[in-house]
Amino acid sequence: MGAERDEDLTRALAADPVGGFESMVYAYQHRLYAFSLAMSGEPMDAEEIAQDTFMRAHAALSRYPRERIAVLRLNAWLHQIALNVFRNRARKRKLRVVPLDPDLPVADSAAGPERQVLSRAALRELANLVSGLPEHQRAAVVLRCVQGMTYAEVATLLGQPEGTIKASVHRGLQTLKRRAGALSEVS
Amino acid sequence: MELLETDLRDLGQVRAPDGFVERVLAAVGIAPRVSDTYAEVETSFGVVHVAWNSEGISAVRRAGPAGEFERWFTSRLGRPVARVDVLPDRLARQVSGAIAGLDRRLRFDLSSLGPFEQDVLRKTAEIPRGEVRSYAWVAREIGRPRAVRAVGSALGNNPIPYLIPCHRVVRSDGALGEYSSGGTRAKRAILEQEGVDAGWLEILASNGARYIGSRTTHVFCVPTCSHARRIKAPNRVFLRDEREARGGGYRPCSRCRPVAS
Repeated sequence: MGAERDEDLTRALAADPVGGFESMVYAYQHRLYAFSLAMSGEPMDAEEIAQDTFMRAHAALSRYPRERIAVLRLNAWLHQIALNVFRNRARKRKLRVVPLDPDLPVADSAAGPERQVLSRAALRELANLVSGLPEHQRAAVVLRCVQGMTYAEVATLLGQPEGTIKASVHRGLQTLKRRAGALSEVS
Repeated sequence: MELLETDLRDLGQVRAPDGFVERVLAAVGIAPRVSDTYAEVETSFGVVHVAWNSEGISAVRRAGPAGEFERWFTSRLGRPVARVDVLPDRLARQVSGAIAGLDRRLRFDLSSLGPFEQDVLRKTAEIPRGEVRSYAWVAREIGRPRAVRAVGSALGNNPIPYLIPCHRVVRSDGALGEYSSGGTRAKRAILEQEGVDAGWLEILASNGARYIGSRTTHVFCVPTCSHARRIKAPNRVFLRDEREARGGGYRPCSRCRPVAS
């Protein structure tokens, strides 16, 4: 999601709260769902987290003055809310480990024609693996590698120095690679 | 590690479940604004499904088995679409006029796309029937000269093929390039039906001729520009690149804008 798109959306939100919100939900639905899925590893939870995120965003936007909406950095702001929603839920109950929905929807064309997208089964496995990472590594890996944010953006969002984020991502990826390797040896 | 990172990016391409937006909007008390309908239309491209809403045409797709269009539309645009028997008269006239290259009033709803994709598609919609432009041309025209590959992806993702003529965007080297609605062969067939001589373009390109200039007006064009086609054979000069053109005292055509101004 480019910064230009965000600017269009915040302009729309400031000018027309209802239409702007709808555009924002359309624009961010897949992105926030993907984030929630990678964090929670479970489609039911992912949908609830993503929906909750939009509801909180809606409530916040209705309180914010226009000037504040106009300068919102939407991508970071929405991910921040989603992260809070996720943490609150995780705090309330230890997320149970449930097998993933076999009908997990996957983009058919969004990834471009050049490369075959990972199979659904493989994606389920991957989401499960990611959601098994310790939380600080998981958030860093998901924001950087799944959501494609820059290290600087992730650092700001998580309120940690960039070096710490890089270390978390590196360690998270190593863990994932090790566990993925162990998995494929078993299967 | 690289493979894993590619896989993680795939995880980022997961889509929200069908009806997700409707559930969110209902939860905060907003009635969805757009409501799409679609009908089957016979065109020179074959039978297609055309979807539209109050903003304009929202999707076009080659007609498939029953229910296929609805499923594709919902997964692609994240909202439902309802079938009707025929296109409203005015829209039907505009659609056939657009396909014939005579009517440019057709409006498009591109709101499900990002601003870059919208720019690419709106620019592509300006390419006249019977002409082609390169991916690099589109990239330059929208002010993103280095985003040539991204232009290709955006066109590969065009939700409104045929009416937004992504088939009229080809490679700078004269090859036709990819086409998401049926591959290079389909692209060639459509272009030839529109009066583009794809073989001639390939020959030009393989001879290193990128532009065509006129000895009388000293204007140079992309080969398919209607101005270029009016140049009589004895006055026609083939130009390798911008340098050669400018060096020979040729000015770029203001209609096809062959190079950056």
